[in-house]
Amino acid sequence: MKILNEMSLSFDSRSANEGFARSAAAAFLAQLDPTVGELNEIRTAVSEAVTNCVVHAYRDEIGKIFIKVQIAQGNIVIIRIRDKGCGIEDIDRAMEPLYTTAPDQERSGLGFSVMQSFTDSVKVRSSVGHGTTVTLTKHLSLRLSNG
Amino acid sequence: MLPKTSYNENELIVYLSGEIDHHNARSIREYTDALIQEKKPARLLLNFSAVNFMDSSGIGLIMGRYRMMQLYGGSIRVVSIPPTLRRIMELSGLGCLNVLERSKYSDENIE
Repeated sequence: MKILNEMSLSFDSRSANEGFARSAAAAFLAQLDPTVGELNEIRTAVSEAVTNCVVHAYRDEIGKIFIKVQIAQGNIVIIRIRDKGCGIEDIDRAMEPLYTTAPDQERSGLGFSVMQSFTDSVKVRSSVGHGTTVTLTKHLSLRLSNG
Repeated sequence: MLPKTSYNENELIVYLSGEIDHHNARSIREYTDALIQEKKPARLLLNFSAVNFMDSSGIGLIMGRYRMMQLYGGSIRVVSIPPTLRRIMELSGLGCLNVLERSKYSDENIE
């Protein structure tokens, strides 16, 4: 897949940065002239992935969250959200709808379900004690105004 | 960023606004829960008309208040849902609890 444009950023796993992260990803992708719906789906999916890093990966510490957003040929968007936190022991279980390890914080357990529903594919790689990488891929509609 | 509220005849209305994510759900939750405990309303309305973004933290927020109102024997209703938020709300299964106001575009049953 030919990558046409790319941006990356890193920031502290503070909850105040959740809004920054989804807005930054959306701002970068504005060049593709996405629909309001597509942009909202991307913002929501990024927000879920970043929140997972804040709440789970770095549950008792502040670490770095790394985001890379790529635009590939054919209006394909690839977003990687990576942390160097505690990792996920059982990825299948973590991705089960309504499964949460933080019910006391009113986490609904729907983060991965939302990511799956709002993007075309969600891939998770994780290593306990080393961190997790979530890769979201989404094909945006080609709009005629792009020429 | 705290929501505006109104209380009238046993009905508490909470007007949420802006973006609801993990970061700001907490203060909204604490503020709303304090009011529920104080007023013990028979009915809680969460008005989403001024909310322009919500992730699954918003689902947690609604579910938590649903449980709390059940504890008090009250009811809860989520109203004025912007079209962009309807999908995430329905994805959550909230629709099955009958707390979501129907879309303006479908047939509306007024109870």
